[in-house]
Amino acid sequence: MNARGAVRVEFTPEQRAEVRRLQGLYPDRRAALLPVLQLAQEAFGHISLEAEEYVAGLFDLSPAHVHEVVTFYTLFFREPKGRHVISVCHNLTCHLLGAQQVLAHLKERLGVEVGGTTPDGRVTLLGVECLCACEMAPMLQVDDRYEGNLTREKVDWILEGLA
Amino acid sequence: MAEKILTRNFHLPGSHTLVLYRETGGYAGLEKAFAMKPAEITEEVKKSNLRGLGGAGFPTGVKWGFLPQGHPGPVYLVINADEGEPGTFKDRYLLERDPHALIEGMIISAYAIGAHLAFVYIRGEYVQPWRIFGRAVAEAYEAGLLGKNIRGSGFDLDVICHRGAGAYICGEETGLISSLEGKKGWPKLKPPFPAIRGAFGAPTIVNNVETICHVPHIMNRGAAWFAGLGTKSQGGTRMYSVSGHVTRPGVYELPVSATLRSLIYEHAGGIPGGRRLKAVVPGGSSAVLLTADEIDATLDVDGLKNAGTMAGSAGVIVMDETVSIPEALMVVARFYAHESCGQCTPCRESTGWIYKMARRIVEGKGRKEDLDTILDVARRGAGTAICAFFDGAVGPYISYIEKFRHEFEALIRK
Repeated sequence: MNARGAVRVEFTPEQRAEVRRLQGLYPDRRAALLPVLQLAQEAFGHISLEAEEYVAGLFDLSPAHVHEVVTFYTLFFREPKGRHVISVCHNLTCHLLGAQQVLAHLKERLGVEVGGTTPDGRVTLLGVECLCACEMAPMLQVDDRYEGNLTREKVDWILEGLA
Repeated sequence: MAEKILTRNFHLPGSHTLVLYRETGGYAGLEKAFAMKPAEITEEVKKSNLRGLGGAGFPTGVKWGFLPQGHPGPVYLVINADEGEPGTFKDRYLLERDPHALIEGMIISAYAIGAHLAFVYIRGEYVQPWRIFGRAVAEAYEAGLLGKNIRGSGFDLDVICHRGAGAYICGEETGLISSLEGKKGWPKLKPPFPAIRGAFGAPTIVNNVETICHVPHIMNRGAAWFAGLGTKSQGGTRMYSVSGHVTRPGVYELPVSATLRSLIYEHAGGIPGGRRLKAVVPGGSSAVLLTADEIDATLDVDGLKNAGTMAGSAGVIVMDETVSIPEALMVVARFYAHESCGQCTPCRESTGWIYKMARRIVEGKGRKEDLDTILDVARRGAGTAICAFFDGAVGPYISYIEKFRHEFEALIRK
């Protein structure tokens, strides 16, 4: 990792073995593109143009094809993201039950706008469409985890748990 | 209280494990299925009146019957676990709390259609459900329930769990196939339907999680029993996701012959705080909105169709009298504008325009002609695109305005 936090874009031998395993799993190796991009994001933190080119090379695809895929999906980050990502659902049920207040509270606590990352690189805050956990509305996703029935206190508790 | 079938084990600790699934009668349906000919299973599923529970409500056995007979190459089964319809969360419960029901259903269904490779496409945000389901698949392999020569039947099946990467459109079956193939999730023109030319160019059956979870029970207890639980045109029970202004939001499994009123008032505990009901989204956000006096419809596909709306994904969003319908439309319109895949011009442009108009109405900057413009754009766009995404958006655009026009006009007049 260099001073600006950029990771060298190259898989380890273990990761390359995983790429080959994934490519061999499907009737057509290109089907492994999404899982390999997920692996790339895990490894490099985000998917830069350089990473797109690197992954394209692993599939004998043009970088444009990989770019088209990366930009289509919401879960691929093209810029460095925070160590944690908080995605607040702002779809209908969550909206009815206070998603805007949750977002306002998070914006205030984190000092960022929706889409922004705290200057210390701790948290990226997003507003997202339905995460399909409306029974616990208002809810959010923090990294891999769903948290629901949010109150100001619960949001504060979630933030305290993030290093 | 009606018998629970799909959700019967949800309250038991360890409901996601093979041990518990077997203790409660799991994998018995598979033994029965292996004693039958594949075509007999399809026939049984047809007779059960099982209909697709992802949104379109297409008869499952009929869909299986579209596969070309005696196809020389591979045939695939794809499970649509890309749950994304706003207001819907039942498949998440099934993946987390009864993953072996899906696996057993997949083995039987794959055997019926002659597939030896099945994919489970799970939405990218469902990390925990994906982990739990993945562990169940590993358990099934270890127990000889997946892989070569399953339970001595001579039938082979491999399962690949595939994660999406965030895109509502991948819940549309041809968009899902594009995404599974490693492309952006653009839907494909039909025909050819996936049953003729689907994933990797091969005949493919795409079925929803809940649909397939019903299959073992149909094997165990017979088509007549399953059909008898429902209405004339739709068999069985269904998992209703209820959210919004109700006392007890959650998943409720009911026979499809139950009414929307009983779901909201008896099962979900009614509206909290003594407030009155204003409107209900009965089948995911793409369904036509119902007003408080339209909720005596039965919850089956035809019952809700006759009420002018659709059963869709059975995601029920309840709105009490405090809700601003224009604001609700703005939120829904933002969703469709965000999720339009951009392939077809009418959908890409209209969803954006309509969101902008809905937003300016809520912000008090609405123009007199905006309501009729939204209705006009919605009507002209319907049926003009490759997939049903925009048609799904038209339901809310038109019904929110037509049924609550006075609320919109009050904001425009201000």
